[in-house]
Amino acid sequence: MFFRACAALLSAVILFSSPIHAEDRTRITVASPWEIASYDPAVAGFAIQSLEIMENLVNADEKGVLLPGLATDWSVSEDGTSWTFNLREGVKFHDGTPFDAQAAARVLNRAWQQPGVLAKTPIKAIEAGDGDLVFTLERPFAALPAVLTHATTIVPAPSAFDAEGNPVALIGTGPFKVERFTPPQSVDLLRFDGYWGEKPAIESASYLAAGRAETRALLAESGDADMVFNLDPSGFARLESVDSVEVTAVAIPRVVILKVNSGHPFFSDVKARQALSLAINRAGIATAINRFPESAATQLFPPALAGWHDPSLSPLDYDVERAKSLLADLGWTPGDDGILTKDGERFKVLLRTFPDRPELPLMAAALQDQWREVGIELEVSVASYSEIPAGHQDGTLEVALYARNYGLTPDPIGTTIQDFGIGGGDWGAMGWDNAEVANALDDIAMTADQAKRAPNIAKVAKALQDELPLLPITWYQHTAAVSADLEGVVIDPLQRTYGLSKVSWPE
Amino acid sequence: MTTLKPFVAALAQRGLQAVVVALVVGLISFAMMSALPGDAAYKIAAGRYGYDMMDSAAAEAVRAELGLDRHWSAQLYSWLSALAHLDLGRSLVYGTPVIDEIRTQLGYTLLLAAGAVVASVLIAVPVGVAAGLRPDGIVDRVSLAISVFFRAIPAFALGVVLVLVFAVQLDLFPVAGFRGIEHLVLPSLTLGLGLAAVSNRVVRDSVQEAMRSEWRLFARTKGLSARLTVTRHVLRNASLPVVTYVGVQMAYLIEGVVIVESVFAWPGIGHALVHAIFGRDIAMVQGTALTLGLLYVALNLMIDLTCRGIDPRTRAA
Repeated sequence: MFFRACAALLSAVILFSSPIHAEDRTRITVASPWEIASYDPAVAGFAIQSLEIMENLVNADEKGVLLPGLATDWSVSEDGTSWTFNLREGVKFHDGTPFDAQAAARVLNRAWQQPGVLAKTPIKAIEAGDGDLVFTLERPFAALPAVLTHATTIVPAPSAFDAEGNPVALIGTGPFKVERFTPPQSVDLLRFDGYWGEKPAIESASYLAAGRAETRALLAESGDADMVFNLDPSGFARLESVDSVEVTAVAIPRVVILKVNSGHPFFSDVKARQALSLAINRAGIATAINRFPESAATQLFPPALAGWHDPSLSPLDYDVERAKSLLADLGWTPGDDGILTKDGERFKVLLRTFPDRPELPLMAAALQDQWREVGIELEVSVASYSEIPAGHQDGTLEVALYARNYGLTPDPIGTTIQDFGIGGGDWGAMGWDNAEVANALDDIAMTADQAKRAPNIAKVAKALQDELPLLPITWYQHTAAVSADLEGVVIDPLQRTYGLSKVSWPE
Repeated sequence: MTTLKPFVAALAQRGLQAVVVALVVGLISFAMMSALPGDAAYKIAAGRYGYDMMDSAAAEAVRAELGLDRHWSAQLYSWLSALAHLDLGRSLVYGTPVIDEIRTQLGYTLLLAAGAVVASVLIAVPVGVAAGLRPDGIVDRVSLAISVFFRAIPAFALGVVLVLVFAVQLDLFPVAGFRGIEHLVLPSLTLGLGLAAVSNRVVRDSVQEAMRSEWRLFARTKGLSARLTVTRHVLRNASLPVVTYVGVQMAYLIEGVVIVESVFAWPGIGHALVHAIFGRDIAMVQGTALTLGLLYVALNLMIDLTCRGIDPRTRAA
């Protein structure tokens, strides 16, 4: 009876399940870990932009070169405080209404009032002109066009807001419009036939937020998803041997950082921070946890950050003996259990990290082990990442481990000025002030000319390498598994787009 | 009329229960959220803007926008007065109306829960009846061993194994997603196998008890065949504890399937509740907890009515 029931169940189930891999060569399925639960560019802009539903005034290619977007060109006044962006004509939103300067001014003013990149830019006013948009700045800021490539500055249609100004729909100007949205898990897209630019080859796409790395790897392996982003190391290794899938890893400007409270008595001497750095086996972490040996950081700015990575800097070393002797110079002596003590105080510190990036707690455990070798007792607290800025503000933070994206915009000056300006930053230096670095960063912010910027950038990179307000651990690789048949795939290191409008299936 | 009275009484009783549950759940979830350590403004800002954009300035902006520095009584009062107008408010993290989120996710949760219960009943009832009719027989022993195995294996591992076999190797079902009926099969089976591991033993025990009873002997003595005795009397009597147990399972499923939801990328309410708690989305937590509380009341009512339908004795009382 049982077997009959099972057989009946199985056949019913097979009967009801439709074929999954219908050879639909105009459609594509994308899977990544990020949920989309909001209509608000400030909250969900990253996903809306990556799926090409809404667009920015300025675009960037995978090398970070700025390209025209909804603005065709831009210019800056002599004194550097007034920027004019000429807007593209003949652009329509998905609901058929025209895109114009009023629509752009309204959403960018809204974005400026919210936490985000615009709020950190020295803006005085954003005003609609006749076919153009004028930004008035408090002081020159050369990176404004780069800031306007950021996901929080995408332009939704006026009809995407309700009467009170709350965003209530996903309507933009991009090459794809939303057919169905099931927050937080999925979005179905259709090609937008009224798109101003080159129309995509594929007709429809669907996006699935799959939170677990195991699920994403299985989606790629089974062919249920054609493009899968963010694989874990074991999934990546497994998919390398699957013929129907091509895996890629692209270096991106995101860095795993150990933030050190340089104001803490244990760490105020630069020798202490150098000792901490020397005690870290970055190659070991990069190989065992990331499984990309080349991801071990030799300096803060990764090679993916063109113009800021300085190959002439001498790389960060791993040398336990030198670390021990530096700590001994500072008056630390090993106690009975091997942990260093000075004036009756144990060298015991608390590291804060978070589980949203699954490799971070693993790296914290590795650091715990490595620092114990030089006599430092590290306690690890895995909690919400909001504990890190909170601890920076109330001064209780000792060390913290997190990942910082220096490629939020193609020009990292916005992020670096926040992190290493006077007073430091929530995600940057703490208790470390260097007036020369701060001045150099201010200069860089006002200069667009890369040749004039270079000496100042070199000065900043050198100071960060010598004084180590942050200890870089590893550089990130952005991983993807893509169906081997798919053509035109470009993995964007800035993670601004999945490139759906550029891909196609072979005829 | 006499038969309707207890029915109406049951409805009224559950209705009153619903109001009490709504108030208690609202108050308790509010108190528990307030008691959590850490600064809610920081947690909400983290949930909204992500770690690349979140900082103390964002947290302060959130605090000002949501009035989080108000006294707790003022915050509770505004929630209660909105609730009195049947308004659950907006998600503090996503800015969308709470009712919209719950409507979407509750539908998918109920679908998955129903799928899991159907799968578990389809497995547990035949196995349990077969085992209960011949206690200590081969079916009983083998099914006990298999039950122990499926009870012990975590849902997460079972889900991944089922996906590997049925989706990757055999290519019968999709790996994850939720659009079509084919997406429902593997998550339902993952949950259903775990549930059936226990419920087939419940079925077995109650069948065994019914088989041993005097009324069953009487039915046989009055000349009913063994087959008719089982289908007419034994199954009806044995089903009472089983229906109650399936009801309990349903309750467990509605909230307890977070792991399975995340393995199969299924947009469920359990997943939403966990996210809301991490993100300190108080409006979302209260709305979700309230919905779940009311759902349990409805579920209890349904179990009562079903048992009443099966067992004529309760109707006479």
